[in-house]
Amino acid sequence: MTTGPPSGLEAVRLRWGWMGAALGLLAASALAGIVIGPAGLDPRQVIGELVGGGQTSLSETHRAILWEIRLPRVVLGGLVGGLLSLAGASYQGIFRNPLADPYLLGVAAGGGLGATAVIALIPSADPRLLPLAAFAGALAAVVLTYAVGRSMGGRSAVSLILAGVAVAAFFTALQTFLLQRNADTIRQVYSWILGQLSTTGWGEVAILVPYAAVCGTALVLHRRLLDVMSVGDEEADSLGVSSARVRGAVVVFATLATAAAVSVSGLIAFVGLVVPHTVRLVVGVSYRSLVPISAVTGAAFLILADLAARTAASPAELPIGVVTAFIGAPFFMAVLRTTRRYVA
Amino acid sequence: MRIKHLLLLVVLLAFGAACGSQAEEIAPAETVPAETAPATAQSAPPTTAAEVSTTEVSTTEVSTTGVSTTAAEGEDPEFPATVNGVVIPEKPTAIVSMSPTATEVLFAIGAGGQVIAVDAASDYPPEAPVTDLSGFQPNLEAVASYRPDLVVISWDPGEVEAGLGALGIPVLIQTPAQSIEDAYLQMLQLGDAAGRRTEAEELVSSIREEIEGLVGEYGAPGSGLTYYHEVDDTLFSAASNTFIGSVYALFGLENIADSADPLGSGYPQLSAEYILETDPHLIFFGCALWCGTTAENIAERPGWSTLRAVAGGALVEVDDDLSSRWGPRLIEFVRLVGEALAARPPAGEQ
Repeated sequence: MTTGPPSGLEAVRLRWGWMGAALGLLAASALAGIVIGPAGLDPRQVIGELVGGGQTSLSETHRAILWEIRLPRVVLGGLVGGLLSLAGASYQGIFRNPLADPYLLGVAAGGGLGATAVIALIPSADPRLLPLAAFAGALAAVVLTYAVGRSMGGRSAVSLILAGVAVAAFFTALQTFLLQRNADTIRQVYSWILGQLSTTGWGEVAILVPYAAVCGTALVLHRRLLDVMSVGDEEADSLGVSSARVRGAVVVFATLATAAAVSVSGLIAFVGLVVPHTVRLVVGVSYRSLVPISAVTGAAFLILADLAARTAASPAELPIGVVTAFIGAPFFMAVLRTTRRYVA
Repeated sequence: MRIKHLLLLVVLLAFGAACGSQAEEIAPAETVPAETAPATAQSAPPTTAAEVSTTEVSTTEVSTTGVSTTAAEGEDPEFPATVNGVVIPEKPTAIVSMSPTATEVLFAIGAGGQVIAVDAASDYPPEAPVTDLSGFQPNLEAVASYRPDLVVISWDPGEVEAGLGALGIPVLIQTPAQSIEDAYLQMLQLGDAAGRRTEAEELVSSIREEIEGLVGEYGAPGSGLTYYHEVDDTLFSAASNTFIGSVYALFGLENIADSADPLGSGYPQLSAEYILETDPHLIFFGCALWCGTTAENIAERPGWSTLRAVAGGALVEVDDDLSSRWGPRLIEFVRLVGEALAARPPAGEQ
């Protein structure tokens, strides 16, 4: 990790203790996600299989379940949760708004519209293009939300969220309209709207990895600038930081991260809100810690949420979006209650 | 800001134009004046419906010969009829069927000539007067413009029954059957509603007989075998308490979806792990058209090559129209299952 210019303030550095704790949580979640599932695999054999690389007495079926279904799903959950949390933390920083989250800003709805348009209108399209289509829709949504929010009244948290609600409603309406016109795709898109870490094995992991690598690197590298930005545009400019350029870059990468996650997993709500806030309560408000620790914690959170989705009604599945919203919605209300603390 | 607003406007206009061109396709049926609609959209005007129906009895696939048609013309002593609480004042001659199942039944009981319009999904039999009416999003005005004297729907999204009822149009709701007996009951109801009770009874008893024959022919090997019926490629399945499940139950097959459906919703989404671990003897899959599911891509799903149904070639495609319609072609669904059982290699895996 970079150490950044010497600021002399320990508090704004990446807090390695908490980062270590987050990584520990991620490791524990991943282990739980791998060991527990609808199929009754013997945990000791599973661990033996992972450590020994196929030297155990696991049956062929159980080996297939472990390597081709459970493991890719845990990895996918981690990637999606990490990307959504990373995006949420970045949006909150760049818009100086504690309620900014991919879902509330309309970004997820925009991504949904983009992906739906491709699924409905170009059925033969390569699935690897879905993240890009989602990105186009998501970027349109976030630009629109920001522009409308600004025009409604400066930087108030409320105006940005109201704009996001309006944009999300509008994009969702367009998406619904597209679905109605193309009823044959409604099933495919509907299961996607509910949010689902699907069962296509390593294929979707492979789609997501390049996006995760690029966005993760870019946003983590911008975390120090987010701290500078938090003092205000003019102040940041006076410190030699181009606030417009930083905002543009962060919005693009956060939106790409959201779009990539949304395009493989559907609209999983509240991850981008719950995780950064929880992390902020624990490690403090500096984005130098917040951004990377949120990413790691978000990965752990979604792996656990998916574990619940897989096992709560086993052997039936719950949509993971139901699980995250079940936890996230009450949390969001609590944040709303205390939001005055954050907004100047 | 100005430019952004302008851009937004342009995008909206472009979108609106694109939608407009699509909307025009459906516009005629919804805007045609009530007087002209039946004549333009239908092949058989209502006045000749009764005559047409008498000739179609003999050409319809499942109907039997020697059916009395004396009641087809003029006053019918069976009317006014009350069917499932719905009062039908006279023998209908202008039925609109918004349910593909009801369409198939009506034609099978020789009431095809009384049908003036069917919804867009009613693609069987081929002579059904298909329109662009939507059974999913019924448009009251569009339905009413056909001046029907009976409307059959399979679900009411809210106001179809009340809205058409206010216009004096009786609406018969036939929700998806949950068992084969349910399906028979609905066929008899349609017989009552269309003034063709005898034909409906004959249809039901001929289906019963044929199913008994098929079960007798193929039933024995089925006992003790498990199956998974895949509704779509996100692993939604159908439990035993559904129409689909009741067909497999005829052969004594055991449904692996039942334990995933404690609340009895009928259509649980299974986890892939569970399917692999349960390793059903037979896999029946639908959604070939919409999801593009094939036996090949099921075998290619991660881990699925370990399944005995995959290894033994016991992957059976089920036409969605057969499994989602509880009408006369139920026999074909039953036959498909029976033949799949017969084709299964007899020795080996239990």
